Amino acid sequence: MDERKTILDVKGLRTSFFTDDGEVPAVDNVDFHIRQGEVLGIVGESGCGKSVTSLSIMGLVPSPPGKIVGGEILFQDKDLTKLSDKQMRQIRGDDIAMIFQEPMTSLNPLFTIGDQLREALKIHKRDWSKKQIQARAVEMMKLVGLPRPEALLTEYPHQLSGGMRQRVMIAMALLCDPKVLIADEPTTALDVTIQSQILKLIKNLNERLDTAVLLITHDLGVVAETCERVVVMYAGKVVEEGPVHTIFKDPQHPYTRGLLASVPDMRFKKERLYSIPGNVPKPGSVKIGCKFAERCEFAFDRCRAENPELYQTADDHQTRCFLYDPKEAKSHDRTVIES
Amino acid sequence: MTEPLLKVEGLKKYFPIKGGFLGRVKGHVKAVDDVSFFVNEGETLGIVGESGCGKSTTGRMLMRLLDPTEGKVTFDGQELTSLAPAEMRKARRDIQMVFQDPYASLNPRHSIEKILMEPLNVHNIGDPKERKRKVHEFLEIVGLSSYHAKRYPHQFSGGQRQRIGIARALMTNPKLIIADEPVSALDVSIQAQVLNLMQDLQRDLKLTYIFIAHDLGVVRHISDRVGVMYLGQMAELADTESLYEKPLHPYTQALLSSVPVPDPGFVREEVVISGDVPSPANPPSGCRFHTRCPFKMDICSKEVPLFAEVEPSHSVACHLYEACRPQ
Repeated sequence: MDERKTILDVKGLRTSFFTDDGEVPAVDNVDFHIRQGEVLGIVGESGCGKSVTSLSIMGLVPSPPGKIVGGEILFQDKDLTKLSDKQMRQIRGDDIAMIFQEPMTSLNPLFTIGDQLREALKIHKRDWSKKQIQARAVEMMKLVGLPRPEALLTEYPHQLSGGMRQRVMIAMALLCDPKVLIADEPTTALDVTIQSQILKLIKNLNERLDTAVLLITHDLGVVAETCERVVVMYAGKVVEEGPVHTIFKDPQHPYTRGLLASVPDMRFKKERLYSIPGNVPKPGSVKIGCKFAERCEFAFDRCRAENPELYQTADDHQTRCFLYDPKEAKSHDRTVIES
Repeated sequence: MTEPLLKVEGLKKYFPIKGGFLGRVKGHVKAVDDVSFFVNEGETLGIVGESGCGKSTTGRMLMRLLDPTEGKVTFDGQELTSLAPAEMRKARRDIQMVFQDPYASLNPRHSIEKILMEPLNVHNIGDPKERKRKVHEFLEIVGLSSYHAKRYPHQFSGGQRQRIGIARALMTNPKLIIADEPVSALDVSIQAQVLNLMQDLQRDLKLTYIFIAHDLGVVRHISDRVGVMYLGQMAELADTESLYEKPLHPYTQALLSSVPVPDPGFVREEVVISGDVPSPANPPSGCRFHTRCPFKMDICSKEVPLFAEVEPSHSVACHLYEACRPQ
């Protein structure tokens, strides 16, 4: 078992959006934790709730219509869901920082890179002198591998390329030595050669600074290369959780299996891709039963009648599927899914 | 050997940069600069490259949605580049396009029936009754149902919309389909469905594809041959197997080694390239890749390498290979 201390613990998180059609649960009873210095991946397709999960942690769920309706987010023994806006502002950007998908739109085009980097320090390090702040900004620019940091600080976002902007975003996020860095699709908008540079940088900083990273992505390749543990989400629920090696070698949930089989592999040619039939259900449309049941080739009556829980299949591996319920193990032979 | 279905020779597209006093032209963005290739009937040619490499511009020029600055495109024995607009419109019956964004490429105010019938109206195919029958037939072919015809685009998911986009391209029974990033807006599980559909259609309807994408895994899966573009030029073009197993151009090598592989145990041979793609308005001299190339030599910044066949059906433009050095 991992000895590192848990730094962020999400318990039974439920975030809903209240629309004209009623309550739409985007995140439905999600549990996971991140240990100090760990890289945890959350992977899933669009609409699975992975981004809303990260926004919930940051207290950035647009409200209204969104609202955290249940659960706790424990960070250093504090429940983030109970904090006031003011208290949350002190944590955000200081202890927990975030980088977003679009480096183009998350920087303000009207301010220089330097203004934007210094702003975070002015807010969180009130006792620092101007000199200290400037020195820290330059230090962070160097840390993320940006050339000629002093000159870049006086430039505007449009003068930088996409890869450089994402480096600036990372520098900005790491200014105050956060304990947790949330990266929401940090490389999706970038080209592959730049993507591999940025992923290496994130991994390298994680090792050097011991910052825990929560990496949210739809790309299974990115997860395999950067993360230690993975949480797979589907329709607002965690369907499988485990170490990256086990999940990729021995995926258990039929959704995880299907997802892995659908990815065209660059290393060899598959004659035909496996494809999961059907579409992701509309949030809130499946009221009872496993949300994956209608697309699942192993589904049986119980899948449509009861909600599966997360079954522990190994010390560090759990799966939300009745096939792994110890009670089902006899009646439904494991060989069915092994085939 | 039979003539290829499509032949492209010396294709160029320069976009003027206007600015300064009276908006005079002060330079050109060389989006596509001297690209040549061919596509055989029934095969799939994949074109890969990073953003700004000119792959989409190339696709659009083949359809003459953009007029080339220079170069010749010959399709089925007919030179497209010299056709008058009206004749070109007729020729498009045989060349159709599938676009990337299934949200933006369907008119939200038109029903699916109207969207699919439009190509038939434009090309004057069949009578109204027959057209309707054809719409229903093609909806079934792409895996939807005929009752979907009365619905509107917003009622469909991304994957279904892309199926509609494909159905629209098929309405005129084209020979060649140019698919510009057809699956990049889709989730993996839906992407696999659409890729399988495209392969089935190719087999059943004897289609030829030009498949433009940035995802190297997807391109390997669907293509018979693959061309790699960099800054408006073709860097390497070869049979899929030979390109992925034995890439010759340092850029292709770097590109292949940057792709994250869904296998945590995978150890790769790394070819690391630094920096970003230079601006196509002011491309580097000599070989355009020399600013990022780990194997750069003196000649690379001075001479443009020739695009030459260094192995059977494997062409590359790189000074590392004797055949590419200008005499």
